Amino acid sequence: MSSATLERTLMQPPPQLPPARKRSVVARLWLWLRNHLIQFLAGLALVFMFLPVTIVLIFSFNEPVGRFNYTWQQFSADAWVDVWQDEQIMDPVILSLTIGLIAALVATILGTLIAFAIGRHKFRGRGATNLLIFMPMATPEVVMGASLLALFINMGLDGSLGTLTITIAHIMFCISFVVVTVKARIAGLDSRLEQSAMDLYADERTTFRKVTFPLVLPGIVAGALLAFSLSFDDFIISSFTAGSTITFPIYVWGAAGKGIPPEANVVGSAMFLVALVIVLAPEVTRRRSKTA
Amino acid sequence: MSPAPVVGVGGKPPATDEARSVGSNKFTPYALLSPGLLWLSIFFIVPTIVMVGTSLQSGSLFDGFTFTWEFSNYTDAITQYADTFIKSIVYAFIATVLCLLIAYPLAYTIAFKAGRWRNLLLVLVIAPFFTSFLLRTNAWQTILSDNGPVVGFMENTGLLWLLNSIQTPESWPEWLQFFPEGITATDRVLATPLAVILGITYNFLPFMTLPLYASLERIDGRLIEAATDLYSSAWKAFRKVTFPLSLPGVVAGTLLTFIPAAGDPVNAQLLGSPAEAMIGNVIDSQFKVTTNYPLASALSVLLMATIVTMVAIYVRKAGTEELV
Repeated sequence: MSSATLERTLMQPPPQLPPARKRSVVARLWLWLRNHLIQFLAGLALVFMFLPVTIVLIFSFNEPVGRFNYTWQQFSADAWVDVWQDEQIMDPVILSLTIGLIAALVATILGTLIAFAIGRHKFRGRGATNLLIFMPMATPEVVMGASLLALFINMGLDGSLGTLTITIAHIMFCISFVVVTVKARIAGLDSRLEQSAMDLYADERTTFRKVTFPLVLPGIVAGALLAFSLSFDDFIISSFTAGSTITFPIYVWGAAGKGIPPEANVVGSAMFLVALVIVLAPEVTRRRSKTA
Repeated sequence: MSPAPVVGVGGKPPATDEARSVGSNKFTPYALLSPGLLWLSIFFIVPTIVMVGTSLQSGSLFDGFTFTWEFSNYTDAITQYADTFIKSIVYAFIATVLCLLIAYPLAYTIAFKAGRWRNLLLVLVIAPFFTSFLLRTNAWQTILSDNGPVVGFMENTGLLWLLNSIQTPESWPEWLQFFPEGITATDRVLATPLAVILGITYNFLPFMTLPLYASLERIDGRLIEAATDLYSSAWKAFRKVTFPLSLPGVVAGTLLTFIPAAGDPVNAQLLGSPAEAMIGNVIDSQFKVTTNYPLASALSVLLMATIVTMVAIYVRKAGTEELV
């Protein structure tokens, strides 16, 4: 049999099997599931991750009866209109935004420098450095918060706990996450690009400025965004180092006992949507320019 | 144009050392490291040492604390809170296993099956971070509410009854009673161990997913192909090739999930009842309410000792390069 005929025979559906489209919906679904089990489970994981986010979003449009916003009553956009005048919420939000920006800026600078040292240099004490960067990520926040409080008390700073001590603590735990993010980007770089620049008579400084840094920049931006959202969202460490200062998570925690108003959900949802736009915008424009 | 060789002359990988040491002299790495490491030393290492010191103090907030090598803080911590410690470790262990089971297919899909959707999916994994985690944890109160569809479904299918029957035997000593009333009640999930475990699983999922993804993504797909070419079934190729190669990610994810989860006070507070209080809640209230700083510090040091032990075992097996 020539290979062409063999191919033709193989291509023809065996006559005894019913044509595929006659299978029931359930059977086809089952077949798809069997072939895409992993993707299906991954989909379930994403549903699990986004279910609470969806609830937060939906309940920002609720008009709760009484103090607790747990059961759906009726649609209302009041919270979205009122929240911007509500000083009880907006003051903590503005404070959290400020702390988040400062902490992200400082942690990004310190973390990026470390990432370049680890990613690009050989040096003694590498293992200890790796450990020192890993430990804050693996330590329970309660322990870090408590030990910082113990330090501040022993330094006689317990009277002046507030914005400064919160920011110091946030910078500390954000550094590690920036290092990990930026280091991953550096490790993924093709060093031949830098070599080409050097081959074309660029000096080290120019190579760094024109090739290396622009290539690592997306990682630095991602690290800064991660640091900002970790800082903005931090409750446990802040609750130890804040004194009587109220950040947004501390406000939410205080409200949890007596009922979180839908206005807090508005802040959470707005942050989520803004962050999603910031993160997805480059992806979308990239796709646009590719298809155009 | 002739196809450019991917590898350098003589089959060696392209010489990268020159590019790697851009702008380098002996002191460059230390100059880059020092500001950040100084910050971490002052605000992570020093506090930890101070805490060890505090754990050996005696006194009270009013009379002042003095350093007296007060080792009884540790015996007090262990005798009073052994049951809470065990409970926290059991909750955190179950949550870590659930995280691994949920995160693995997700990380695998992103690494091998996502194609051009890879970046988008990675964004989705960290996207829940953008909403306040207190609000998200609180949302589980709505999802798991007693009259809600989830609990109704679990009740009607007998799942709640089944979960309720998972109980620690009454003959076990008190400090081992981590599920005295069952992992759920017969008619509710909130204010039971399951609610707390679920909350922890949910909150720490990204910390499992990202290291898993990082190590899966590094696997050379040709190795898996080679296994299937040699007549290994897909499952066997996974078991013998993919999974062993992803182990650094599995361990790193476990380290980033297990201990932070064991010390988490928020989920037990928002989703559990006082019976589900974990070691994080004890440290939290001993510091903020009872102001027994030495006892709280002793508990923190015990928790830290657990981490250091786990990390040390990992480092001896795998080194430190895969940690960060």
